[in-house]
This record gives sequence, C-alpha cells and structure tokens, in this order.
Amino acid sequence: MGILEVKGVGKRFGGLQALGDVNLSVQENTVHAIIGPNGAGKSTLLNCLVGKLIPDTGSVMFDGQSVLGRSPHEINQMGISRVFQTPEIFADLTVLENVMIPCFARRDGSFRMHAFGSVVNESDMLQKAETMLDDVNMLSKAHLHAGSLSRGDKRRLEMAMCLVQEPRLLLLDEPTAGMARADTNNTIDLLKEIKTKRDITMCIIEHDMHVVFSLADRITVLAQGTPLVEDTPQNIKGHPKVREAYLGEAQV
Amino acid sequence: MFGLNKKDTSLLLVVAALTLFAPFILNPFPTDSGLAQFNAGYPDLMQRFVIFGIFAVGFNILFGLTGYLSFGHAAFLGVGSYSAVWMFKLLSMNVIPAIILSVIVAGLFALLIGFVSLRRSGIYFSILTLAFAQMSFNLAYSVLTPITNGETGLQLTLDDPRILGVSATADGSIPVTSLFGLEMRSTYEMAVGGWNFQFSAGYYLCAIIMLVSFYIAVRIFRSPFGLMLRAVKCNQNRMRYTGLNTRPYTLAAFVISGMYAGLAGGLMASMDPLAGAERMQWTASGEVVLMTILGGAGTLIGPVLGAGFIKYFENIFSKINDNVLHQWFSWLPDGIEDFVVFIIHPFIGKGWHLTLGILFMLVVIYLPGGLVEGGQRISRLFKKNKSSDDGAAAKTTPAE
Ligand SMILES: Nc1ncnc2c1ncn2[C@@H]1O[C@H](COP(=O)(O)OP(=O)(O)OP(=O)(O)O)[C@@H](O)[C@H]1O
Ligand SMILES: [Mg+2]
Repeated sequence: MGILEVKGVGKRFGGLQALGDVNLSVQENTVHAIIGPNGAGKSTLLNCLVGKLIPDTGSVMFDGQSVLGRSPHEINQMGISRVFQTPEIFADLTVLENVMIPCFARRDGSFRMHAFGSVVNESDMLQKAETMLDDVNMLSKAHLHAGSLSRGDKRRLEMAMCLVQEPRLLLLDEPTAGMARADTNNTIDLLKEIKTKRDITMCIIEHDMHVVFSLADRITVLAQGTPLVEDTPQNIKGHPKVREAYLGEAQV
Repeated sequence: MFGLNKKDTSLLLVVAALTLFAPFILNPFPTDSGLAQFNAGYPDLMQRFVIFGIFAVGFNILFGLTGYLSFGHAAFLGVGSYSAVWMFKLLSMNVIPAIILSVIVAGLFALLIGFVSLRRSGIYFSILTLAFAQMSFNLAYSVLTPITNGETGLQLTLDDPRILGVSATADGSIPVTSLFGLEMRSTYEMAVGGWNFQFSAGYYLCAIIMLVSFYIAVRIFRSPFGLMLRAVKCNQNRMRYTGLNTRPYTLAAFVISGMYAGLAGGLMASMDPLAGAERMQWTASGEVVLMTILGGAGTLIGPVLGAGFIKYFENIFSKINDNVLHQWFSWLPDGIEDFVVFIIHPFIGKGWHLTLGILFMLVVIYLPGGLVEGGQRISRLFKKNKSSDDGAAAKTTPAE
C-alpha cells in the first residue's frame, strides 16, 4: 500500500474526458514523477488530489483516508502540501512572515483566534521559520518583501513554505516551467537536496525530462487522461509507448 | 509595555497624550481672536473626533488588514445607537449597560450580515454589504417604526418605563445620561488669559474608550491572527493550500469591526440620547471609507487621523461663510476682493464637500498611503537632509 492510492479516477469537462481511468500508487519516501504531453490531464489529476476538483468516478486515499469531498485546507491539514506552477506566495509580506504562516497553520490548525499573542514573541515559530530559511539559503533575505524576490527565489520560498509544514506528501506542478536554465538547475539542486536531507514523499509533474530523470524513483506516463506505463526512469527512457506519446520530445 | 514593542508603545503614548490634552491642543486661539473659529476644542466636536476615530479604527481592522471593502458599516453604527437608546429607555440612564448592549447587538448583526456577504469577495462583497445596509436603513425608516420610531428617530420621552431610575426628574424633565452619577454633559470650564478650555466628562469617557479600542487594534495588528488577516488580503489561494480556512478569519475580522462600529454608535447615543435612521445611510458608510483611506488604510494611526481630519473640515469649513471671507480679504481692492470671494465661495459653507472631494482625490493620487504616507515622506526628507553627509539612505519603515 502506498501513502497515496488513486483508483479509477475519471473527470469530464463537458464533452472532454480529461481523465479516463487513472490508477496511481505513490510509495512513501519516493519521488514519483508524472509526465505526459500538453493537455494529458496532469494538472487535472493533481487538482483532484488537493481538493480543487472532485473527480466524477474513483477514489483517492491518502494514508488510508479518503480525500474526496474535503476542502483544500482540510487536505493540507492531513499532510499534503502543494507547490504551484507559478509560485503562490504572500507577496506583500516579508519572507520570514511567509514562512511563519505555514508554521502557525501546522501548530494552530485551520483557524485560531490568536488575537492577543504577538508574532515577534512566538520564539518557537520564529526559530522554526529561520531554520527553514537557512536550509534553503534564504536567511539573509528574511526581511525582504516576498514580492521583490526573483522568480527563482520565489520558487525557493514557496518550497520552504511547504517544507516547513513537514508534509507527508509534497505535490509539485511543473516547478521549473518557464524558468531559465540556471533557475531550473537551481531548483533541481534544491529538490535533490530536499530528497536526500529529509524523508519526504514527492509527486512531481514535469515537462523537463532532465528534471524528471535526475530526480524520480518512479515515473508514470499520462496521455489523454489515462496512464500509459508506470516504471523506473531507466525503463521509461527506452519505452516505445513513451516515444510515441512524446513524438519528437523523446530524445532524452 | 502592555505587551507592545517600543515603537508601538510610543505610538500609543502619543495618541494618549493627544487625546487627553485635546481640550488644550484643539483650542490654540484666544476666544476673542479672529481665528477662534478654527478652534475645535469644544466637547461636542471633540466627542465626534474620538467616536469616529473608534469607528474608523474598527473599519480598518476589516479593510486595512483583509482588504474586504465594506460599504455598509454604518448599519452597525446605527444598530448600536438604537440599542443604546433602548437601554436608556428601559433600563437605566447609566451609559455602561447601553454601551455593552450596543457592542453585543452590533456584533450579532455583523455576524449575520458577514456570514452572507463573505460568500463573495471584491466588488460583489462590497455590493452585498451596501445592499444590506440600505435594507437596514429602509427597515429602520419605515417598517420597523415601533422599534426605531421611523423618520423622527428614537428619543427619550417623559414616560419611559425605566427599571433602574426615574421616568422624569423632580422638575419634570427627561433625565440625562451618566456614568454612575457623573453626568455626561457636565463640563468644567477653565479660563486662562484669553483662552477658555472645556473639559467634558462625556469627552473623557469617549477618549478613554477610544484609547482602549486603539490599544486592542494594535494588539490585533501584531498578533498571529492579524498576520493571518494580512495573508487573506495577499493570497487566499495560498492560504487554503497552507491549511488555513479563510472564512472564519474574514468573518472574525468583520464581526470585530462591526462591534467597533456598534461601540461608536453606542457612544454617540450616550452623548446625545437619540438615534435616527440617517445614521445608517450609505453616505455614512462611505464616510468611514473616506476616513480610512484618507488617513492611510492598513496603518494603525491613519484611520484616527482621517476621522479627525474629515470631522474637523466638516465642522470648520462648513462654518465659514461669505461674510467671513470678506473680512479676511478686506485688505484687497474691492473688485478683486469680490472676485476672490466669488472664487472661494463654492468651496466653503455648504460646499465644503467639494473641498473634501478635491483633497481626497489629491491624497489618493499623490499619497496612496494617505496622510500617514505624507508624514513619512516629510520625516524621511528631514532624515535625508541630516544624514546626507554620510550618504546613508533613509530606510523605509513599515507604515504605522
Ligand atoms: N476547469 C476546466 N474546464 C474545462 N476544461 C478543462 C479544465 N481544466 C482542464 N481542462 C482541459 O482538460 C484537459 C487536461 O488539462 P490539464 O491542465 O490537466 O493538462 P496538463 O496535462 O496539465 O497539460 P499542461 O502540460 O499543458 O499543463 C485539457 O484539454 C484542458 O483544456
Ligand atoms: Mg498543467
């Protein structure tokens, strides 16, 4: 049994069958990549896991509990964090505050009327946030406005915000999309570092084959809403079905 | 001090000093000087300063922190006033139960309206709050006449069945509001030289309550709860995927600001025990929006400044008339004098709204951070001048 079990998930948008019959099993402490051509349904699948979309059929079990019908914040409280395709951060707040918010969310739950505390006196939370920022080499930027960061740093910050929650499953939707080569390499290094430093389960959607093959333990190839194959990176590389799905993109 | 850092403590102390010494500060001109009309140190106006200060500080907790722009907050103020007057009619002329009831009723009312309105955000939220407030206004004006006394407004009468206290005083008049016997209207006058300073019990009650409200607002701003409210303004999507439920946060902010409005309404009725539907009208809701933006939304002191600024102009500019202008410009040749008066005429007296509108536009265009930003720019200018030798750039401080 994997920590995440997706069984027979299907989703229609009007006349379009975005997901057919998706089965997926993500094992604990592995990096599982989902690849596939544009419009394959990768983002749709991910949105079904985090409560943004409710699938028409099938089940999604996280750690033995169904996530279906729960709202995004409840699913996050179960232990699933997500990184967005374009970094979603609190642009008007400082970098440190950005990281403290998930700390509070983890400690206080989805709502707490903590109106007479003082953020600057929460030394546990401060320390946790600072340690995290140090881990991603952003401590020196702790007091900058998050909105003023470079795109690569925003991504880094968003990852820090997810990691500081110590999620049991981290979902990433194209974390390097639209990034310059240098930023992409930076992000890969960060992800590799995360993978070796922490016991973390990741599920990553990615177009960039370089990223996928340098990170993933297992790869699922999705095409037209159905998984074609699931295997290790070595086996996927030479797989004829994958070449077919990707046409010209398969020279990796 | 009081669980605040140094900067916030000094801010609080400055506000405390300004409000407690307001009878002096707002009365800088001797009574018989030509400038005496610019004095604002009389109880009636000072009470309005601090009461609207409370209203704006509370509004800012919602608008400044979460970014939700309510166009219906006057409804809570009105509800607070009605509750307080009913308390005077039925229970006692003591202001404490009246104020407590007005805060509670306004809070419950805000819970109801907030629960529905917060299903939407942005302009739709604003429209919903506006619709609710107009509904409340119309209800108060006509349908609920038995409770609100409709057009005339709710007033005390000589046969109110007051449980604790008398319906009428020995000399046959309506009793006055008091704080455990201290009459709200009682005023101590101090004549020093040409000046006449007035210290009113009502003003000091309002001022102390305003200071407590301001202190609570500072605490909320600095708390984890306040941080979450700022996060709501920034990125609700990120919040949800960080495990935070945005609805109760916004609703809590809405209810708190509604309670501040109710407190302001209760205090208004405590100073002058009547309540009318016009307090709930959309223009009144718009006024608190103006105050907050003019002073600086999202800053601590901004709403207080904005409230004081607008109330001052409302009272002072509206009092200036053509006669006063002719006096001022009498040193000009006759034709030019008439011309100048003619030009200025639309901006004074009843036309003070025009002046306010222009000021508001100028502030929004050139000082988006409101009067607070103006103050910061000026102080930065001074700092720069001082430190320009060693080349240190003025550090931008977060808006207070
Ligand atoms: N909310 C929606 N309403 C209607 N159609 C949608 C919606 N979301 C996605 N689709 C459609 O479903 C299909 C799958 O979309 P999805 O975003 O999951 O693809 P993807 O694999 O993530 O593609 P990409 O690599 O371009 O991100 C697409 O054809 C898309 O147009
Ligand atoms: Mg996608």
